[in-house]
Amino acid sequence: MTQRANDKENHESTLIPEESDLQDTDVVHEEAEEGASESPYLRSRRAKDFKGTARRLVRYLRPKAGPLFVVCLFAALSTLFRILTPKVMGKATTKLFEGLLQRMQGSPGSLIDYGYISRILLILAGLYLLSALFNYLQNYIMAGVAQSIVYNLRKEVQDKMNRLPLKFFDGKAHGEILSIVVNDVDNVSSTLQQSLTQIISAVVTLIGVLVLMLSISPLLTLITLITLPFTVLVTTKVAGRSRKYFAAQRQTLGELNGHVEEMYGGHRIVKAYGRETASIEKFSDINDKLYENSWKAQFLSGIMRPLIGFVHNIGYVLVSVAGGVLVMRGSIEIGDIQAFNTYSRQFTQPITQTANIANIIQSTVASAERVFELLDEEEEIPDPENPKVIEDPKGEVEFRNVCFRYKPDEPLIENMNLHVKPGEVVAIVGPTGAGKTTVVNLLMRFYEIDSGAILIDGVDTRDMRREDLRELFGMVLQDTWLFHGTIKENIAYGREGATEEEIVAAAKAARADHFIRTLPNGYDTIISQDASNISQGEKQLLTIARAILADPPIMILDEATSSVDTRTEMLIQQAMRTLMQGRTNFVIAHRLSTIRDADNILVMDNGTIVEQGKHGELLAKGGFYADLYNSQFAGGSLIEEAI
Amino acid sequence: MRRLLRHLKPFTFLVILTLGLVLLQSLSELALPSLMADIVDFGIARGNTEFIWKTGGKMLLVALAGVICSIASSYFSAKISTGFGKELRGEVFTHVTSLRVDDFEEFGTASLITRTTNDISQIQMVVLMLLGIVASAPLMFVGGVIMALSRDRYMAKLLLAIIPVLVVVVVVVSKKVMPMFKEVQQKLDKLNLVLREGLTGVRVIRAFNKIDYEKKRFDEANRDLTETMLRVNRTMAVLMPIVNLSINFLIIGIIWVGSHRIDLGYMEVGGLMAFIQYAMHILMSMIMVSMIFIMLPRAAVSADRINEILDTEPESDIMVVEGGIVTVDARDAKATLRGTIEFRDVTFSYPDAERPTLSNITFTAKPGQMTAILGGTGSGKSTVVNLIPRFFDVDSGQILIDGVDIRDIPLRELRGRIGLVPQQAILFSGTIAENIRYGKPDATDEEVRRAAEIAQALDFIEKLPKGFDSYVAQGGVNFSGGQKQRLCIARAIVRRPDVYIFDDSFSALDFKTDAKLRAALKREVSDAVMIVVAQRVNTILDADLILVMDEGKIVGSGTHKELLKTCQVYREIVLSQVAEEEIA
Repeated sequence: MTQRANDKENHESTLIPEESDLQDTDVVHEEAEEGASESPYLRSRRAKDFKGTARRLVRYLRPKAGPLFVVCLFAALSTLFRILTPKVMGKATTKLFEGLLQRMQGSPGSLIDYGYISRILLILAGLYLLSALFNYLQNYIMAGVAQSIVYNLRKEVQDKMNRLPLKFFDGKAHGEILSIVVNDVDNVSSTLQQSLTQIISAVVTLIGVLVLMLSISPLLTLITLITLPFTVLVTTKVAGRSRKYFAAQRQTLGELNGHVEEMYGGHRIVKAYGRETASIEKFSDINDKLYENSWKAQFLSGIMRPLIGFVHNIGYVLVSVAGGVLVMRGSIEIGDIQAFNTYSRQFTQPITQTANIANIIQSTVASAERVFELLDEEEEIPDPENPKVIEDPKGEVEFRNVCFRYKPDEPLIENMNLHVKPGEVVAIVGPTGAGKTTVVNLLMRFYEIDSGAILIDGVDTRDMRREDLRELFGMVLQDTWLFHGTIKENIAYGREGATEEEIVAAAKAARADHFIRTLPNGYDTIISQDASNISQGEKQLLTIARAILADPPIMILDEATSSVDTRTEMLIQQAMRTLMQGRTNFVIAHRLSTIRDADNILVMDNGTIVEQGKHGELLAKGGFYADLYNSQFAGGSLIEEAI
Repeated sequence: MRRLLRHLKPFTFLVILTLGLVLLQSLSELALPSLMADIVDFGIARGNTEFIWKTGGKMLLVALAGVICSIASSYFSAKISTGFGKELRGEVFTHVTSLRVDDFEEFGTASLITRTTNDISQIQMVVLMLLGIVASAPLMFVGGVIMALSRDRYMAKLLLAIIPVLVVVVVVVSKKVMPMFKEVQQKLDKLNLVLREGLTGVRVIRAFNKIDYEKKRFDEANRDLTETMLRVNRTMAVLMPIVNLSINFLIIGIIWVGSHRIDLGYMEVGGLMAFIQYAMHILMSMIMVSMIFIMLPRAAVSADRINEILDTEPESDIMVVEGGIVTVDARDAKATLRGTIEFRDVTFSYPDAERPTLSNITFTAKPGQMTAILGGTGSGKSTVVNLIPRFFDVDSGQILIDGVDIRDIPLRELRGRIGLVPQQAILFSGTIAENIRYGKPDATDEEVRRAAEIAQALDFIEKLPKGFDSYVAQGGVNFSGGQKQRLCIARAIVRRPDVYIFDDSFSALDFKTDAKLRAALKREVSDAVMIVVAQRVNTILDADLILVMDEGKIVGSGTHKELLKTCQVYREIVLSQVAEEEIA
């Protein structure tokens, strides 16, 4: 239970108040389950192919079959020893009672058989010890098994992700992928750790207790079982209804959180437009709805326990009364009543758990299915067996009749031809969202072209290993990606094994040395998780330093448009110029000087290349580029056109 | 915590009722073993069948009474705890909404969200537990002890043996297990971080051939998490059996001692059986209470975080009252002037800042003119415009609108006259029309359409299948940066305000759209004050007044041509942005 409860704590977003009760593991389970699906993405709790996935999951566990078998065995043994104890304890009570009766009937002196009782109590102690021991061993071994399975699963998923094409990442929300690797894998792990042994224990308890009860008194067993249908009824009815309200609660809670996030995120806007009252009113509406759903959910889940307790108490009374009568008739012994009272509780517990266990299995298989689906995703085309290597790269790039489409039915790049000589600069221009990154995607083989060929120094990029190909490129994008680590580590990312001097030299060339040295820990300053401790422009400088250190023959650059202050921008420009020297450059350009000096300009619109040529030629042509150029740099000539 | 519990006041009667019900229910729970003992001692032992039946009947009644009490109590406690949560949540949200911008930002958006949602749920949960388990635990404990004492004083002492077990459990759990769980959370966060970075940086990682490096980083985090989880699970694997074992051994002890007591005639067999049940009840209630001890510190932290919000003064002119806020409304006589804005020697520092962010800012922005503020990051240009809607108040100096100090104008009225387009294009979920109408709730369709047209948003809106009724997802993620900016601009335009503030709001627009938008604005907004914060010179070349800022001061003001001659900083900026020959 504790493991599950812990898992629940991990889901910080979970707001469903849970009832904590040592006895009722099932309640906690129920809600842990609610918590497990509490991801920002509404994830299905049901597997599409339950059987297939379950079978595959089992196959997955096969290498651990040995330890798992031991775990099951120990779990069974632990349960067995535990359920034997009431019967044994009953014997002690019986003996006590007998002794007492005899004395009441006039036998003098102590007739209580202490020898017998102490023997019984010793056996009892032994049983408890054994049960605890096996329980411990089983949990201990299982922890190792479950964790190693999960470790491997996570590793496998991550390895897989490294082999997936960019198409996969561009087409799926990050949160969704994260949720699979973290939540779903975790879900499988807790089920292994907890539920597997619980199922075994439940089965053993059910059968064992039934057998033991029958061995004591079939009649009393029958009486105990009378309450069973009621238990099942209560469990399914109430649990079903409360689940409905929990689902509604979860949904309104999502709505509420959404509103809170939005309003807090737009606090200034709310204020600037004086819409505080409207925001509060909307919140109030959702809050009311949440209250309606959550008190009902709370109430229904709250009465589960008393109701089952009541049914159990009825059983308790029946057993006590009927047992009492039977004892007097001499068909059972007094200790048997005591044993039965315990057994009836032990017997109902696994039954009330069944519904939850079924749910857990459902959600586990659904989780496993998502994980397997990811593992089954189509991978990148493998690298050629005999890859070509460009020994002394010059940086000549050629597009030969290249065709490419993101979606098969939407033509994008058709028969593109381009020849870039070493050291030339190609400017890619176009309005926002014109698909300027497509060219980058193709050059680096993030995406595969449909037909034609891209050649570097005369070698088809598909004949090379991706790693060797990408070694030829450096990249400075607007989306400045840095990772959580020191500045030094981030620059050294460009080249493994770079020395301290090389790193500093690269930083100097990137005009980043100065600002780095003004930071509290200089090169050892840790870039925070959201990289908020350095500015956007400084980040850009770091990515340039990273590229300089890598020293590739071909550069891909993205000139920033905004969010950078002018001084830093000046530095960036200088740094970029340094970077571009002696290389072939593809520049997603915004700056006039870059565009005008480019050896070739690719003008893009709506994903396709609409024009190609030098600045002068394109201007003379009077097409899209000329339009673009005039609107930006030639002042208000377009003003009349507007509206 | 205690302070927040005063929010339970409206529920006082229900709380007392609930506690009463819990008491009755606990008593019924304890009465059952006693009756059972009677069956054994007086019924079975004396062969009295009638007594057995009668007592059985009593037991049923007691059980029935118990379940009725507990259903009623869970009904009330569900209503109380969720009602309490609702009230508190409403109050916190209202309070946050009315916070001043600087206070708001000191808390931080993420933190405020957590406080409004998770922290309140924490406390709600504790209230629920206090009403149920916790209330019943001491009752069970006291009741159990009394019953045990009434059975056999001597035996009752045996129960003292429970205490060390409990101490061990509480100590181990709080000292060892809790920190471990915290550690697990940290390791999980770390794994998440590495994964997230791997996803966002997938292009860079592949471009730099760093897959192996990332693999190693992931593996470290993975291994770390696995090992910690293993430790937690193995600790729990020891802990739980030990607790169970202690309880069971205590029972053995009770039977052993009990049998002697029975032998001596101090006790009956049924009494012993009942005694064991009491012991179990007492033990369970103690464990429940220890759970609360584990939960309380967390809830206390949550409570403090919520109190921090409630203790922060709301913005001036806003009063937080029950169920909402009261604002001082705009005065009727709307000023006839068109809103000349004047900064008079304004100095401003952010709290805890060493140096003032702005010092001695003086300028006048006139209606019908475009006033541009240019400068680098950290030069204070955004701060200047944020002072106008009074997101922050000046330390010294004055800001006047039509000659009136803005601090003398009700916030509602002041802000009602401003159309602000912020740096970040923030949209809310809802339709496009709703988003534009945010600027003026009663705007007609025609007004909305016209605003979109001026903002150059009409083209793309009309291309959408549902036009103005197209849905904007939370955060506007289904629109491009440029589109979002244009919608934000339309939202400001629809108000037809006296003062427009564009805080670097054209950054995501392409050249063509930018130019068209400017031209349209110039035509449409001919009589309002227009203040534009900009990074790039070419967007403000034709401004009537350009203020050049550097390190919180105005280092130059005038038109483009004037500044080129007089202002060194301006020339530097221009040089860095435009090719040489363009300047002339």
